[in-house]
Amino acid sequence: MKRVVILGGGVAGTLTANYLVPKIKERIKNEEVQITLISDRNFQIYEPGFLYMIFNRLGEGELKRNLGELVDPAVQLVIDRATKIDADNSRVVTENGSYDYDYLVIATGSRVVPEEIPGLKEGGHWFYNLEGATRLREALAKFNGGKIVVSVMGIPHKCPVAPMEVTFILHDFLRRRNLRDKSELLYTYPINKIFTMDPVVELIQPMFDERGIQYKTFFNPIEVDAKNRKVITLEGEEESYDLLIAIPPHKGAQVIIDSGLGDKGGWVPTDKYTLRVDGYDNMYALGDATNLPVSKAGSVAHFQAEVVAENLAAEIEGIEPTAMFNGKAFCFIETGWEEATYIWFDYFTPPRPVLPSKFVHFVKMAYNKAYWLTARGLL
Amino acid sequence: MEVKADRVVDARGSYCPGPLMELIKAIREEDVGKIIEVWSSDESSAKDIPEWVKKAGHELVGVFEADGYWRIVVKKTR
Ligand SMILES: Cc1cc2nc3c(=O)[nH]c(=O)nc-3n(C[C@H](O)[C@H](O)[C@H](O)COP(=O)(O)OP(=O)(O)OC[C@H]3O[C@@H](n4cnc5c(N)ncnc54)[C@H](O)[C@@H]3O)c2cc1C
Repeated sequence: MKRVVILGGGVAGTLTANYLVPKIKERIKNEEVQITLISDRNFQIYEPGFLYMIFNRLGEGELKRNLGELVDPAVQLVIDRATKIDADNSRVVTENGSYDYDYLVIATGSRVVPEEIPGLKEGGHWFYNLEGATRLREALAKFNGGKIVVSVMGIPHKCPVAPMEVTFILHDFLRRRNLRDKSELLYTYPINKIFTMDPVVELIQPMFDERGIQYKTFFNPIEVDAKNRKVITLEGEEESYDLLIAIPPHKGAQVIIDSGLGDKGGWVPTDKYTLRVDGYDNMYALGDATNLPVSKAGSVAHFQAEVVAENLAAEIEGIEPTAMFNGKAFCFIETGWEEATYIWFDYFTPPRPVLPSKFVHFVKMAYNKAYWLTARGLL
Repeated sequence: MEVKADRVVDARGSYCPGPLMELIKAIREEDVGKIIEVWSSDESSAKDIPEWVKKAGHELVGVFEADGYWRIVVKKTR
C-alpha cells in the first residue's frame, strides 16, 4: 500500500487532499493507497477574513470551519502536532505517534513572530492571526483620532497586498466615523518603494496621495518603545504613534526548522516549477511553507495544490508527472470600504491592475463567503 | 580595492527585495565595524542596496561584478 502524508490543514494541505482523492478514488477504495492529513488544529481559518473582522464586517464564526467538514471523507484525518520530519526514514513524528510515508506533502504554512521586534507585543497590534485580529478590533472600536502607523516589519509576509488594503480601508473607516480629520495615517515599507511591484506602485501611490495617506520607505523597525509609543528603525529614524498596526516578521513552521529542512527563515527549498522539495524525490512542498519567490497567498496555494495533486496522482499511477507550476497568483486589492481592484501575475507575466471599482469589491465579498467551496475542492 | 568580508550573504537566485532583506538581517546581527558582502544575481540589487546603505548611514566599500552576479560589500559603521 502506498501512503501519502499531507502535513498541514490550511488551504494548501486541504486542497491537495481534496484534489487528489477523486483522481485515485478506486485505489483508495481498494486500499492500495492511503491518504493521511495531519494538522495541529481541528479547524481551518479563512485568514483573508481578518481584514474585515477587525472592522466588524465579518464575525469570527464566519472565518472558521471544522476540518472534518472540509476534508474528503476518504482521507484519514489526524489532529496532532508534528514534531519532526525524519526524511531519511520517510517518517513524520508527532506528539502522539508516528506516520511512515511513501510521499510527503509539506503544507505547514507560515506564522508571525512579533517577538522578533522587541516591544512590539506590548506596544503594537496586528491582524495576521486570530488573537491579534480580536485585539485590534477592540482597539479600533475605541480609537478616537490620533496617528495610526501601518508598518511592514519584514519581507516576506503573507498576502503582500494586505498592508495597503488595511490602510485604504482604515481611511474610509475613519471617515465614516468622522475621525479622519482628527487622524494621521502613515504607511511604512522596508524597501525603497511602497510595494515590490512597480505596476502596483504606479496605481497605489497616487491613491495614497489623493487620500492624504503618508508613507515612508526604507523603513525597517528594530524596536518598538511601547512606553513612549515610538517605532525605532535600523536606518536611525523614529516615528511616534497612537495606534501601531504592524505586519510582524514571518517564519516557517517550527517543525521545519527542528527537522533541518528549512533555510534560515524556516522556508522549505522547493523547485519553482515541479514543487518538489530540493534533494528529495518523494517530497512536495506548497503554500506559504516554501522559499519560492511568489506571494504567500491562499490563491497561490490553490494553484499549487492542483499541480501537486496532479503529479502525486500520476506518480501513484506509475506515470511520469508532468504538471508544472508557472508562478500564478491572483490577489484582490481592496482600495476602500466599497471598492477594489485585483492583480494576477506569474513567473512570466507582470501584474496589470485594473481601475478600482465597486464591482470588484462585491466579487471579493462574495468570494469571502464562497471560499469554503474552494476549500472543499469544488470551486 | 578588495577587502576581506567578515560575513558573506549568498542571496543568489533570490529576487528583489530578497538580497536587500538578507543584508538588513545581517546588519542587525553583526557588530559595528564588520564587513558584510552580499552576493546577488538580481541586477536591481546593485542599485537598491547601495541606496539603502547610504540612507542607513553605513559605508559602501564597493560593488563588484563577478561571473553572472554582483558582490556588494558593506561596512557596518553604526
Ligand atoms: C490578514 C490576511 C489577509 C490575507 N488575504 C489574502 C487574500 O486576500 N488572498 C489570498 O490569496 N491570500 C490571503 N492571505 C494569505 C493566506 O491566508 C495564506 O497564504 C494561506 O493561508 C496559506 O495557506 P497554507 O495552507 O500554505 O498555510 P496555513 O494556512 O498557514 O496552514 C498551515 C497549517 O499547518 C498547520 N501546521 C503548522 N505546523 C504544524 C505541525 N507541526 N503539525 C501539524 N500541523 C501544523 C497549521 O495549524 C495550519 O493549519 C491573507 C493572510 C492574512 C493573514
